[in-house]
Order: sequence, then structure tokens, then C-alpha cells
Amino acid sequence: MRWFWVDRFTEFVSGSHAKGIKNVALDEEVLDEYQPGFPYLPPTVIIEGMAQMGGILVAEHFAFDKRVVLAKVGKAAFHQVARPGDQLRYTVKLDGIQPDGATVTTTSYRGEVLQAEIELMFAFLEPDRFMDGPLFKPGDLRAMLRLMNFFHVAVDRNGDPIPDHANL
Amino acid sequence: MSDDEIFKKVQESLMDALGVDDDEVTSEATLVGDLGAESIDFLDIVFKLEKAFDITIPREELSPEDILTNSQYVLDGVVTADGIAELKRRMPWANLEEFEKSPKVQDFGNLLTVGDLCAYVGSKLS
Repeated sequence: MRWFWVDRFTEFVSGSHAKGIKNVALDEEVLDEYQPGFPYLPPTVIIEGMAQMGGILVAEHFAFDKRVVLAKVGKAAFHQVARPGDQLRYTVKLDGIQPDGATVTTTSYRGEVLQAEIELMFAFLEPDRFMDGPLFKPGDLRAMLRLMNFFHVAVDRNGDPIPDHANL
Repeated sequence: MSDDEIFKKVQESLMDALGVDDDEVTSEATLVGDLGAESIDFLDIVFKLEKAFDITIPREELSPEDILTNSQYVLDGVVTADGIAELKRRMPWANLEEFEKSPKVQDFGNLLTVGDLCAYVGSKLS
């Protein structure tokens, strides 16, 4: 099973926001045992999907030069469950930036209905802290972003395609 | 902005960041010892204060790690007189009176109180 919790980027503006979609399918293993007889997407993997999009938004802002990790879930409110057949539309906005971390605010919509609101804080691992070296093997992050259609939609503030970051 | 308004906003930020109740967030409460703040929470507090007051908080203003790890200012784990002077220069809003009596670096983390944080925000706004 791939640990990707957003299917596709639909919009990405460097240093500003990202949008994406997550389709919920009955064949997803994660739905099997979470609530037997009433399958729905566990809220924790919705948080993970937002963290993946947010982490990429933050990391790209720093040209993928920082080791970005999810540090804190500031708020997570789930107004609806996401059931098989639903399509969730995620929006992640860059909220605050510091030299050692960043925050994002996010929403998930099912159709016109607000499904979830989540606030996340990321921290940047300092060199030699916890582990050394990059978080991804060479090329892995680039491959993940390609699968998620990231390069199809990612633009800078001027609307131009984002540069081919050397650290990817 | 009045001192009361500053306190209210600081209190809300700390309740959000640390998951504590309003009656715990008193002026005298220390962020680490009384409110249970961990190192990662300080980053969260900085973000929340920046947003609440529309200010920018440079890292070194609230976390003078560069002073506390500088051999010019620390001797055998104790902050020297020069170090204390530098801390006072950097953090004029903080009450260092108690810390000065036994200025061990390891105790610095539990120094800041909610009142200090309000004074810091006040200094940024004035």
C-alpha cells in the first residue's frame, strides 16, 4: 500500500496555497477494520493527507532545502465522515513562516459541504538532530510529486512553472 | 492596546497552544513548569502571538540560545556576570531577579512567565 493520502494536486501556488483531491474507495485497506460495517476514511489519514500537502507547500517554499516534519496538530474538527464514493477537496494555506517552522490552515470539502478543518504546525529538523541526511532517498520525492500531478499545476507567484529544484 | 487586552490575547494563545484552562494562565505561571510547555510548543506560541498581535518575533528574542551556549557568557554551566548583562540587554522585558541568584543554564528554560510574555508583547507593540 502506498502511503500517499492525497490523490492529485489540482492547484499549487508557491508560498501561498495548494489544492488537491482525495477519492475514497471501498477497496482501500485502511477502511476495512476502522469501523467494521460502517466503512469511512479514518480522520487521522485525512490529517496525514493535509500534512503531506502542507509539508510539500512548506518545503517548496524553502526550495526543498529543509527537512520538514509534522510537529503539531493545532486543531482538527471533523464535521462529516468521508465514505466510499466520496471525493474530498483539500485546500491548504500557508499561514506562518519562521526559520525553524511553519503553520498551515486547511479545509476539506465534500461537494459544497465543509467536511473538516485542520491546523498544522511543521518543524524543520536541524542538521544532526534525530537523524542525519535527507528524509527521502534520491529521486523518491520527485517521483511521488510526479504521481500526484504536482508538476502539472505547480506555479510560482507570477504564474510561471516552479523551478526544477536541485534538492528534489 | 491596554495591558488587560494584551493579557487576554496572550492567555488565549497559550490556551490554544498548550491546551490549558484560562484559570491556569495567570501572570505568575511559568510556561514550562506550570503550563507544561515543551520546546516545540514555543514555536507554536510564537506563531500564535505573531498572528494575534500582527507582530514579527525573531527567534533570538525569546530564545537566547546563542548567549546560553556561548563560552564567553557561560562558565561551568553557570551564566557569568557578562552573560547576565547580555541577557538583560536582549530581554529587558524579562524578570531575571530570581535567575540571577543562581544563574544555572539548565534553569533558564523554566524562567519565563506569562507576565514576561505579556511584557515582551507590550514592548513589541509600543
